[in-house]
Amino acid sequence: MSYLPKSPWLIHYDASSCNGCDIEVLACLTPLYDVERFGVLNIGNPKHADIFVITGSVNEQNKPVIQNLYNQMAEPKVVVAIGACATSGGIFRECYNVQGGIDKVIPVDVYVPGCAARPESIIDGVVKALGVLEEKHKNMTKVAK
Amino acid sequence: MSGINATIAVILYIVLAPVVGGLISGVDRKISARMQGRYGPPILQPFYDVFKLMAKQNIVVNKHQKFYVLCFLVFIIITGAIFFAGGDLLLAIFALTLGSVFLIIAAYSTYSPYAYIGAEREMLQIMAYEPMVILTVVGMYMVTKSFSVFDIAMFDQPLIYSLPGIFLGFVFILTIKFRKSPFDISMSHHAHQEIVRGVVTEFSGKELAMVEVAHWYENVFLLGIVCLFFASNPVIAIVLAALTYFLEIFIDNNNSRLKWQSALGSAWIVALVLGVGNIAFLALR
Ligand code: SF4
Repeated sequence: MSYLPKSPWLIHYDASSCNGCDIEVLACLTPLYDVERFGVLNIGNPKHADIFVITGSVNEQNKPVIQNLYNQMAEPKVVVAIGACATSGGIFRECYNVQGGIDKVIPVDVYVPGCAARPESIIDGVVKALGVLEEKHKNMTKVAK
Repeated sequence: MSGINATIAVILYIVLAPVVGGLISGVDRKISARMQGRYGPPILQPFYDVFKLMAKQNIVVNKHQKFYVLCFLVFIIITGAIFFAGGDLLLAIFALTLGSVFLIIAAYSTYSPYAYIGAEREMLQIMAYEPMVILTVVGMYMVTKSFSVFDIAMFDQPLIYSLPGIFLGFVFILTIKFRKSPFDISMSHHAHQEIVRGVVTEFSGKELAMVEVAHWYENVFLLGIVCLFFASNPVIAIVLAALTYFLEIFIDNNNSRLKWQSALGSAWIVALVLGVGNIAFLALR
């Protein structure tokens, strides 16, 4: 077992969301939910992060930003798409500039539904992501051997 | 100190300082969380973080950066080794500064604008705390007539009686050295980031782990200097060092970050009033 699931650091990026899901992501850090008790830190630097948490849908302007952030993260890394917008485009789906969910540009590992997603389900999604992270780490060391 | 004792002290320091430093940092995070009404991470969390960073891919922007970060770690360890072997205090302080300079060079070698800003702020921090550090050493010399840590520690009367101003000034700049608010301008340990992550923005994986471990070594060394002020009674020295650290956590949680101008200005005013004042008093006595 590695120490990855004990110390997941996240980077949170707000694609074109209505800010509803972002408030809920930040609510996870407040004393009521306190995700730091699981070692989760909102690190704000892609090079230090293990989990990429995205809210909102992809549009033409933020597409390169999302790809750039994803490419800068060190392996192993997982992506969690939070809210209806990030998973499918949500209510912005029909907009002329919106391409759809996050999986249109980068591979997404965990989808968290809801509009807005509740803090409980966001934490649940991050915990699911930890399993994926561990799996990816195993594959990484296998390849290295 | 005799050769064999000094060797044992150095080996103990190299082995135990990261354990103690990591535990201090874990307790620090727990107490900070409790002060904010949160439950907080486990005490061993800093160790989990470092072990995790070891398992991560290492993204290197410039191949020299690895060497500089390694030098940073090595010189911080040398600083503590000189100190705990009872060596020259002045030499230890210079080794510490050299270590910090390597961290700055490492940040500059990455060509990242974020790391540049972090490096510049780190230099401002060095400018802010260095006068007070030197005055601390000078004050200790004036009282004990020796730069040797062993002689200072063996001095028959606690230094705090003759150096109260210097002690307060040193506690003030400890806030800068521990990277605590309101002076965490180049890099912070909290969820709030300063211009991405300051000096360490471009370090990932093993390098970041090395910076973290160096920080643990450094904290143990700095708390060692705090102990030196009360050296005639080891129990009281350790209790007061723990209280000093608690005070730093308290300050950290009750202040927002200052601008660098205020950080530099206040540190120099403190050095001038408390540091130079105390030394002038000693000289005129
Ligand atoms: S899923 Fe709902 S709450 Fe979340 S960003 Fe989209 S519209 Fe806003």
